[in-house]
Amino acid sequence: MLKTADNLLSLVGNTPLVELRRLSPKSSVRLYAKLEGQNPTGSIKDRVAKSMIEAAEASGGLEPGRRLLEPTSGNTGISLALVAKLKGYPLTCVMPENATEERIRVLRLYGADIVFSPADEGSNGAVRMALELAAQDPELFMPFQYGNVANPRAHYEGTGAEIAEALDRVDILVAGLGTGGTLMGTGERLRESFPDVVVAAAEPLPGDPVMGLRSLADGYVPPILDVAKLDRKVLVSNAESVAGLHALLDLEGVFGGVSAGAVVHVARRLADELDDGVVVCVLADAGWKYLSADFWDSPKLDKAGIEASMERTVWW
Amino acid sequence: MTAVRIPPTLRGEVGGERQVEAEGATVRELLDDLAAKYPALGAQVLENGGVAPFVNVYLGGEDVRTLDGLETAVAPGQTLILLPAMAGGSC
Repeated sequence: MLKTADNLLSLVGNTPLVELRRLSPKSSVRLYAKLEGQNPTGSIKDRVAKSMIEAAEASGGLEPGRRLLEPTSGNTGISLALVAKLKGYPLTCVMPENATEERIRVLRLYGADIVFSPADEGSNGAVRMALELAAQDPELFMPFQYGNVANPRAHYEGTGAEIAEALDRVDILVAGLGTGGTLMGTGERLRESFPDVVVAAAEPLPGDPVMGLRSLADGYVPPILDVAKLDRKVLVSNAESVAGLHALLDLEGVFGGVSAGAVVHVARRLADELDDGVVVCVLADAGWKYLSADFWDSPKLDKAGIEASMERTVWW
Repeated sequence: MTAVRIPPTLRGEVGGERQVEAEGATVRELLDDLAAKYPALGAQVLENGGVAPFVNVYLGGEDVRTLDGLETAVAPGQTLILLPAMAGGSC
């Protein structure tokens, strides 16, 4: 263990893995959480941002001082903002205009410029707009987490290797599905050590308002995501994610973000299918960036109330 | 009968309904029944005998691509959900 770090980027990764004994549905199944909220900017995306920028520097594709552009609903932008600041790149983030206020403020505090995409197009709209902007201006460099192999590689070499090192058995891996980077990279590395591991995705069930009314041809599958490499892919409603968040906090004292709640929901469901074994949850961030949301008061809200309060935002 | 949830994008194809019903013992039979009742919906959801690339089909909350695909058996009380493929955002 290093006593001091030369800069914040060397503190990315090597996050703690903690057992969640009270959350496990049965004592014969051990449930562990990888606390990615303990990365320098508070999310798993620090791994991805550092990996993508360092890969681009190493390949010569990113010249000093060139402006970065990235579509993001928050965490990747904040991680890129830190990497960009320390390495001297200006940054523009494209994000849906209904992203949480905390994310917008943090991005601005780190010095990033923000371009807003239409709320009703969700993340697809941010991706579309960023691709258009990059096509118009060749001076911009887009790391593009949805299509950059340095994204899953960060999880193959980091997240997955750290879990494989820490545990001598993993039966199920559960992580949130966004770009697919965590699931692809961590899953690939864990399969090398534990060939029968079940790689399970927790996927958000989007609210009607963020699905838009455009045609299916506007749908999007990230190029780095190969669904054939997922063993399970489970939809999680906003109300189920919030129930997961409260269970994490109430039983274990872990303050997670919305996708962490969804991951815990799926992990408990799949753990219940095992007679015995080890389940690892990757919790992508902590709850701080969601504090302004109404759902924390959910003891006062019923399921429909939670859904109604959350349906207009893309949560992960 | 199995309840089928329709995303906003496809509601025009089913007279504006959020949810419709279909009959079948497998996901394929459900989708064929839907396509017979709502040809415009079938044309969007099915492509070359399979599910179109930007459509996700869930049974019991799980993507049928990670179950038995179109041959996945349907149990009583399960709901079929159709969704457009969306880019996840931040995690």
